[in-house]
Amino acid sequence: MSQNDLHYVRSEMALPQPAPLRERGPLAWVRKNLFANPFDSVLTIIGMLVVAMIVPPLFNWAFVNAQWTGTDRTFCATVAQGGIQPDGWSGACWAFVHAKFGQFMFGRYPIEERWRVILVAIMFVALLVPLLIPRVPRKGLNALLFFVVFPIVAFTLLIGGVFGLPHVETPLWGGLLVTLTLSFVGIVVSLPLGIILALGRRSKMPVVKMLSVIFIETIRGVPLITVLFMASVMLPLFLPAGVSFDKFLRALIGVSLFASAYMAEVVRGGLQAIPKGQYEGADSLGLGYWQKMRLVVLPQALKLVIPGIVNTFIGMFKDTSLVYIISMFDLLGVVRQNFSDPAWASPQTPSSGLVFAALVFWMFCFGMSRYSIYMEHRLDTGHKR
Amino acid sequence: MATQDIPHDVGGGRASLLYDPKVRGIFFQVLVIVALTAFVWWIIGNTIENLKRANIASGFAFLNGRAGFDVSDSLIAFDSDSTYKRALLVGFLNTLVVAVAGIVTASILGFLLGIGRLSQNWLIRKICTVYVEVFRNIPPLLVIFFWYFGVLSVLPLPKESIELPFGSFLNSRGFYFPKLIWGEGSMLVPVALLLGIGMSWFVARRARLRQMATGQTFPVFWTSLALIIGLPLLALAATGFPMSFDFPQKSTFNLTGGFQIKPEFLALYLALSFYTAAFIAEIVRAGIKGVSKGQTEASSALGLRAGHALRLVVVPQALRIVIPPLTSQYLNLTKNSSLAIAIGYPDLVAVGGTVLNQTGQAIEIVVIWMVVYLGLSLITSAFMNWFNAKMALVER
Repeated sequence: MSQNDLHYVRSEMALPQPAPLRERGPLAWVRKNLFANPFDSVLTIIGMLVVAMIVPPLFNWAFVNAQWTGTDRTFCATVAQGGIQPDGWSGACWAFVHAKFGQFMFGRYPIEERWRVILVAIMFVALLVPLLIPRVPRKGLNALLFFVVFPIVAFTLLIGGVFGLPHVETPLWGGLLVTLTLSFVGIVVSLPLGIILALGRRSKMPVVKMLSVIFIETIRGVPLITVLFMASVMLPLFLPAGVSFDKFLRALIGVSLFASAYMAEVVRGGLQAIPKGQYEGADSLGLGYWQKMRLVVLPQALKLVIPGIVNTFIGMFKDTSLVYIISMFDLLGVVRQNFSDPAWASPQTPSSGLVFAALVFWMFCFGMSRYSIYMEHRLDTGHKR
Repeated sequence: MATQDIPHDVGGGRASLLYDPKVRGIFFQVLVIVALTAFVWWIIGNTIENLKRANIASGFAFLNGRAGFDVSDSLIAFDSDSTYKRALLVGFLNTLVVAVAGIVTASILGFLLGIGRLSQNWLIRKICTVYVEVFRNIPPLLVIFFWYFGVLSVLPLPKESIELPFGSFLNSRGFYFPKLIWGEGSMLVPVALLLGIGMSWFVARRARLRQMATGQTFPVFWTSLALIIGLPLLALAATGFPMSFDFPQKSTFNLTGGFQIKPEFLALYLALSFYTAAFIAEIVRAGIKGVSKGQTEASSALGLRAGHALRLVVVPQALRIVIPPLTSQYLNLTKNSSLAIAIGYPDLVAVGGTVLNQTGQAIEIVVIWMVVYLGLSLITSAFMNWFNAKMALVER
């Protein structure tokens, strides 16, 4: 038998066969993902019915039947309701949103002074965007500008009263301006305060620990409304006669304190997840308490709890809408207030305004949560198993 | 040769007291206590002075005063002659009702959505994802407003009520459905129900013992179902169905009779359920995903059917991950029920707000609110901790 008698070995690789017909193409996808078994098929049909029941009417309401232009309520009311639309008409009244857009954004901020708010908004975006993009250099300077210089400039611009800018009182503020101001201040205050409270809760000093626990658990156990009520009706009682706080400032204090208690629990979760060796390692290097926390523990702990921190931010952003209850007008409050405007009151006005407000809130919150997912992936240095 | 200055111990071996962490700690804590006491003292002084000037007597004596306002939705008898105490009690009961109803609905909806997000079915998965992403990212107050102003307020007037099956009606004044009126001898029904529950417990116990001893199984679920539903039905039949329905009747301007659920309650209940369900869905999803795939594979290797694997292997382990965050969602729902004040459903905060405006007793009212909500939080977390401990993995 010859050694070279290997005729049956192919000299080139066989090309892979295409997958069987029933495993490829859109039909196979449909079979696999929608009609895998009888139960699945029933579910798919129910799902299709639900979609068919919700999406086309919603689309018609929001786009096809919607009233995009108009000057008053007659454009958004049926003939029976004293308007121009045919009976049985149901569509969004975007004309209302369009007419009230300025109010939704700025509240009762004087119209000739609104450029100040817009300027602040432009500065906010111009400083925030480079801060959020990891590749842009000079993060330290950027953060300094954003967290220290910007608030001072924005405060001066928004309040006025100096450099020839007319004074604008906070009761005139409203709309998205209030929502964003409350959230920004809440975020900037609650993170450091939350870290301090979390450190306090894990402190070895019994008094500090007890005070932190009492504060955190009390605030977390009660609804935000009671904290806001406390800020709005009890704070004036606590101060000497004649001294009075701005109402806006009181709401700010309430929201910040509330958020910092939640933040403290999130940060505590991160602190507990850091192995003891890290603390001991820092000790053995001779670092003091604050050095240990600042250089070794907190950078690791905060990185672990970024999703939780952003969740707290999102929660706070949504919670700012509650200031409506102590009669301040954030975005939702202004929208709500404008339902009762006799020039626009119609059955379609509330839902149109609310859908608009929902869209704005949704964009901010969804943006934050997507960014946190992105950061989480970026900062994931592979310590997690 | 490089020389180094080696620090010499000159102070006799002990560092200065200034650097002793223990001494520093004590000093710092004393400082905190002194500062806090001074602050509280200052606040109390100011408050007493302010109250004196405003002529408000502090203390809870005002609770026995006449309320003078009406509450639109009350579980217990209440009119404007009742006391503030009773008004607050009405509010508290309303909070409890909406919280419990919301928790039940949100749990069911949330579990369905959470399982739906993990479904093999592409369409179901997408629908559930869209739902969760929409509701997680808008404020609860907006959802409440949406139901109240956007949906329930634009329903037709009572004259043109929408008729629903079983003689119920839906209009801008709420949801009406027939009220069940129990006649004579109906006390037997709850007794039968209790008996059924007791017997099912007994059957389940016997079945477990028998399975432990002999390995034979017993259809506990169906037996219990038959007992719990069948016994009351038997009791009903035996007493000759002693019940009647009070159907809502259309009159010229309003519906009379039947049981009315006010739109305020409906809006709050629906909004809280829909909003919280999105969060519960995420928790459930995380819980099920948290059970490692090996567990499912091991149970199929043991020959368990899919249903059994889910019930006996996956769900008990998922529950362990799910329970702690679920507790905090339940508490969040309870706390969010305080948003009732925005649409005028008389819960504890709304009633308290009215009392506060009438009497000016800000401190007392806020204290009552805080104590009640803190109490509810503590009770719920205590119960959930107990449940968690019962469910927790027993490790050696």
